[in-house]
Order: sequence, then structure tokens, then C-alpha cells
Amino acid sequence: MDSVLSLVPVWTLILAAGIFFYVLLDGFDLGVGILYGFEPDLESRNLVMNSIAPIWDGNETWLVLGGLALLAAFPLAFAIIIPALYFPVLLMLLALVFRGVAFEFRFRDSEHKGFWDHGFCYGSALAAFAQGVMLGAFIDGFETEGREFVGSSLDFLSPFSILTGVALVFGYSLLGSGWLILKTEGAVQERARRSGRMSLIGVLIGIGAVSLWTPLVSAEIAERWFSWPNLLFLSPVPLLSLVVAWLTWRSLNGTSHAGAFIGAIVLFTLSYLGIAISLWPYIVPHRFTLWEAASSNSTQAFLAVGTLFLLPIILVYSGWSYWVFRGKVRADIGYH
Amino acid sequence: MELDPVFLSRLQFAWLIAFHILMPALTVGLASFIAVLEGLHFFTRREIYLRISTFWIKIFSVAFGMGVVSGVIMPFQFGTNWSRYSDATANVLAPLFAYEGLTAFFLEAAFLGVLLFGRKLVPPGAHFVAALMVAFGTLLSSFWILAANSWMQTPAGYEIIDGRFFPTDWLAVIFNPSFPLRLAHTVVGFYITTGFAVVAVSAYLLIRQKSPAEARTALSITLWLLSVLVPLQVFIGDQHGLNTLEHQPAKLAAIEAHWETGGNVPLILFTIPNDEAERNDFTIQIPYLGSVILTHSLGGEVKGLKDFPPDQRPPVALPFFAFRVMVGIGLLMLGMVVVSWWLRWRGRLFDTPLFLRACIAIGPLGFIAVLAGWTTTEVGRQPWIVYGQMRTADAVSPSLTGWDVLLSLIFYVIVYLIIFPAGAWIMARIIRKGPATDDAEEDEPIEAGRPSKPITVELHAKGEA
Repeated sequence: MDSVLSLVPVWTLILAAGIFFYVLLDGFDLGVGILYGFEPDLESRNLVMNSIAPIWDGNETWLVLGGLALLAAFPLAFAIIIPALYFPVLLMLLALVFRGVAFEFRFRDSEHKGFWDHGFCYGSALAAFAQGVMLGAFIDGFETEGREFVGSSLDFLSPFSILTGVALVFGYSLLGSGWLILKTEGAVQERARRSGRMSLIGVLIGIGAVSLWTPLVSAEIAERWFSWPNLLFLSPVPLLSLVVAWLTWRSLNGTSHAGAFIGAIVLFTLSYLGIAISLWPYIVPHRFTLWEAASSNSTQAFLAVGTLFLLPIILVYSGWSYWVFRGKVRADIGYH
Repeated sequence: MELDPVFLSRLQFAWLIAFHILMPALTVGLASFIAVLEGLHFFTRREIYLRISTFWIKIFSVAFGMGVVSGVIMPFQFGTNWSRYSDATANVLAPLFAYEGLTAFFLEAAFLGVLLFGRKLVPPGAHFVAALMVAFGTLLSSFWILAANSWMQTPAGYEIIDGRFFPTDWLAVIFNPSFPLRLAHTVVGFYITTGFAVVAVSAYLLIRQKSPAEARTALSITLWLLSVLVPLQVFIGDQHGLNTLEHQPAKLAAIEAHWETGGNVPLILFTIPNDEAERNDFTIQIPYLGSVILTHSLGGEVKGLKDFPPDQRPPVALPFFAFRVMVGIGLLMLGMVVVSWWLRWRGRLFDTPLFLRACIAIGPLGFIAVLAGWTTTEVGRQPWIVYGQMRTADAVSPSLTGWDVLLSLIFYVIVYLIIFPAGAWIMARIIRKGPATDDAEEDEPIEAGRPSKPITVELHAKGEA
């Protein structure tokens, strides 16, 4: 872009923040959906579902916004990445449909409650897996020619993308466990602590594998992390991750109600940061930078005006809806 | 067998949008209807409006939820199946889609919560405002999505550089030539569709003598609203037709199955268009009426399809018949409204069984009219995805094989055939129960669209009923 006042950094921040909000917010409620399948009785299932019922659709709106922000600000990236992820996107969307209608249908269609229960649990797990696969395929990069993706619709499938898929299921389960520890008491909370411990082990194996794999496969990424003085500046990211993982583990075994959730959020933040450091400044890894994929200045400016005005308002009233439903949930009287 | 990814992608988009559009067709109208009822309750303090509103809010919440899940799928279609279209048009269209999300979706999500479960938590005035905000949100959503759709029909305010569209004038992009009329026509169409759905449900309740007082009030209000909306729609539709004649003559020629350019064109009531032979078979027509309707003059000239090269003509049969289905239903609705005036004047509006049965029968037709209208305008735009500028065949993702799209289409078909009938069945169950009838009977608390009582209580209550 030839303009002096390039909006690319602004849109990079907005997009990064939007996707991060989505991953955290829908992450914990997809995680709760996964754990829902392990709840043994009707009462605890009602309780677990009630803990996210009032907020899940607001969370999912970030997915639409993230997709549309990518389309509007970096259309070239959208036009390459989304078709390349044809089947993971399909799987995610269909899984989200089942999981989304389950909130409503499970209560109103009691004859088929078992069916919608399964839809909710498997839908959540498959959506999480699909998103993890997308992440892996994204890091791997896509075959392009000119402005187009020219690979096959099965290119997304690799041991690495399966690994990231499974890792994200554990990651969302960890977030979900943290949320349930925060929002519930008694037996449900105890189960959440146990699932949290298992998830944390899975997450750490996943993060470890990705951290070893990516620099081994890509010389660029190895150079980014291990050259001097980057090593010095960037070493806090993995070191902090280890410390946070340890604190989260302690919190899961302790009595803290909020510790595990906060720990999981920080762990996600550091992982997100790590991936961003590895891939910077590419939006289509190894192919197109943020600047190359950006839409016209007029497009970015037209949308930035409204976004910068509306985003803070959205954050305020989204925050308010969380505030309304603060505190522990109870199954017998709904969620407030 | 060679599977065509373009055709299958179009089929997939048609399948997804056809089901999705049924939900806004109901929720855009219901949101405004609920706001009217909440307003009536707020200003008159009559409890009956509240009971009718509470009843329709339940149906609204189911339809809205299904609209959300089927709506999340839509923007991803641009990427998965139409990536060349996305790359070419994003600079112009993507901000419109994004503004829909920013202005409408979050507004709806926030105030929907208050509307559904906040009646006892917030003052009545605030609840009324929440109803207004949800209705406003659905209208904002219609505004942006129809601005984008209209731009694809009548593009304006852009320049083309290296095969991609770039904005030159945002106001011209948004308020492109077909947008104001398309917005009015669609929103009024949604209102009418909802109106006749409410009429049908009220008539059904009246026949079964279930909540008769509430059913009478709802029927009466809705028929008054329709008395304004249906004639208004006839006028808007006519104006929209003139607009199409001016800006998309090939589409209009297909709608009317006119092959030859000329004056004194007839109105063709029925025909079997033959695209290959460039003529119609088995035609029933009324002389001169075509010119009168299309140009508002007896000898007005209308362009025929032969004026356009064969590779720039839409298929004829689909727009031709879809348009006649839509207009036919519209005329039927106009007839129903006129009958309702007469019955009201005679004081027989609520106890004429034949009329009530007709009300039930006409209930689903609005949805069919919406689908028919959508088919008319979208098929009529072919072979273009951006009218006159970009072909649909050049818009599809280059990486897709026919088998990829067939597989995804099969999955979308299976899932929608589970989800949508289930949703319809759940709405039917709410309708069978009808609105609460008196103030003493506490309505079950609805929290974020879901009853807070455990499921067993509901089963128990049903057993008693």
C-alpha cells in the first residue's frame, strides 16, 4: 500500500484480537460441551449446560466477525485459506449447527433428548478438532499460484494437523474445566478438576510437540527463535509457559476457584503469541505477508471507522452480559 | 462421470440460503410484531397483549436460534466455494457484510437476552426498548445484506483494476440503483409472510377454541396491519419491476418470457419457454397488458431476450414460473385481505369457519412466495454473479473438484433435513399449547429462550394437560 497512513497494523491488531477473543470465548464453551458428555446424571448435565447457555451465542458471533474481518481486511488470505480448508470448515460448521440447536431443542424436544445431548457433546468435540486441524494446516502453509489456492481439498490432512486437532480438543477441555471450576461447586467441580488435570497433560504434550516440530520442519521458524539475540528476547515465552503450566497444575489440585481458568487463559495467550512470532509477518504462511494480502486503503478505512467506534461498545455490553450471569450456577433455578 | 463444481456449488448455495431465508422471513417480521405488542402493552397496560407477545416470543426464539446457526454457515460459503468471487469483490462488498455483523448481530444478541428473560428483571419501559432494539437489529441486518445483494444485481460506485472491483464512492455502492426498492420489497414481504403466519396460527387456535380471546386479538391486529402492507407491497413490487426493466432488462425479459423486442407486448399468463428454439410453446396471454404493467403505457417497448447474446441470457423457465408463483400468492393474499374487510364490516370475522380455514391454508404461502421471489431475482441475474461484470462460472474456488462439492452438499442436505423439520416440529408444539389465557396462571419462566425448569417438570405438565 502506497499510502502513508496504512491501516494494515490497525487491522492486524483488530483481526488478531477478534480471533483471540473467539478462541478464548468459544474455546471455553466448546470445552464445556466436550466435558458435558462425561457428566453422569441429568442434574449435573443441566447445570453444566446452564453455565454457558446465556453467553454461547454471543461468543460464536466472534467467529462470524473474525471470518468477515479477514475477508474485508485481508481478502487474498480469505480467498486462499478458506477453500484450502474446505473439509475442516465443513466439519466445523456442521458440528456447530448441532451444538447450537441442542441448547434450544434439548429442552423443547424431550422425547429425543438423548439425540440432542449427543449432538451437543460430539458437536462441541468435532468443532474443536476441526479448528485444531485448521490451525495445523495453516501453519503448514498452502500451495498457491498467483492469487489462488491450487492444491487439493485433502491437502489439509497431515500427521501434524491431526496432532494440532487433538491438542486443541485438550486445550478447549482445559478452558472448559477452568470455567466449570469457576462456575460450579461440589461433585461437578471435582470432576472438572480431574478433567482439567488430564486436559493439561494433553495440552502440554501438544504444545511441546508443536514447539519441537515447527522449527525442525521450517528453517525460517528455527532461525526466528534460535538466532541471537532473538533467543534472548523470545525465551520468556516458553519459560513463562512452563511456569504457568506448573501454577495451573497446582491450582487444579488446590482449592482455588478461578486459578485454573486464569492459568488456561494465560497458557492460550502464550501459545497464540508463540504462533504469531513464528509466522510474522505472513498471513498466508510462507506466501503472502499481511501487507500483500491487504484490501484497498479505502476499504480498510471505511470499515475501520465503524469498527473502532462499535468494538468498544460491543465489548462493554458483552462484558455486561457476563456480569449479569456472574457467580455459581444452579441447576434447579436456571442460571442466575 | 464428470461432476461440475460450479453447478454443484450453486446448488449447495441455493440449498443453504433457501432454508436460511425462511428464518429471517419469520424473525424480521416477528421482531417488529413483538415490538408492536410490547408497545401496545406498555401504553395500554392491557395484559392480553403481553400474553400474545410472550407466546410469539417463544416461537421467535426457536426461529432466531435456527437463523443464527444456518446464518453462521453463509459467510464461509463465500470462501469455501466462491473464493474467486471473494477475491474479486471483497474490497467493495466485505465491509457491508462486516457492518452487518458489527451493527446487527451483536445488537440482537445483547437485547435478545433482555427480551427473552428480562421481563421481571428490568422495568417495563426497558423491556419495550429491548423489543424495539431487537426489531431494529433485524432491520439493520436486512439493510446491509440487501445492500450487498443489490450491488451484485446493479453494481455502482466501483472501478475494475486487474479483474478486481475497487470502491470509488461508498454511498453509491450502498445506495446502488436497485437497493431502496429491493430493501422495501423484501422487508415488506417478510412482514406479510409473518403476518399471514400469525393469522394462520390465530385461526387455528380459534377453530380449536384454544385461548380464543388472545387469538381474536392477534387475528384482528394482524389483519389490520396486512390491510396496509399487502396493497403497499403491490405498489412496491410494481416499482421494483420498473426498476428491473431499466437496470436488468435481460432478467425482466426472462421473467416475462419475451423473446422479441417490441411495443404492445402481451402479458403471458402461462407458457413453456423453449430456450434452445428461442420461442414459447402453449402460450396463454392477454394482449397489451404486458406493456401496460411494465411501462405503464399501452404501446410501451419492452426488450426481448433475442436482443442479448445467448451467453448473456438467464434461463427463462425458472424466473418465469417463480415470478408467477410469487405474484399469484400476492394476489391471493390481497383477496384474503379484502374478504377480511367485508367480514369485519359484517361482524363475522371470528366466526366464519370457511374464512378461518382459508386463513390456515394461506399461512405457509408467504414463505413459498419469499422463496419464489428470491429464485426469480437470483436466477434472473444469471449468468452473472455481478450483473454484467463477472460471470458465476468464473467465481467458484479453482481448487474444488465436483466430488468435493457433492460430498459437502450431501452432508448439508442430511443435516438440514434433520434440523429444520425438528425446529418446525418444536414450533408446532408451542403453537398447539397456545398462549396462556389468564393472569392467575403463571407462565413458565423462559430464560434465554429455554425454560429453566428441568425437563421432567415439562413432561409432567404435559401428562396433566
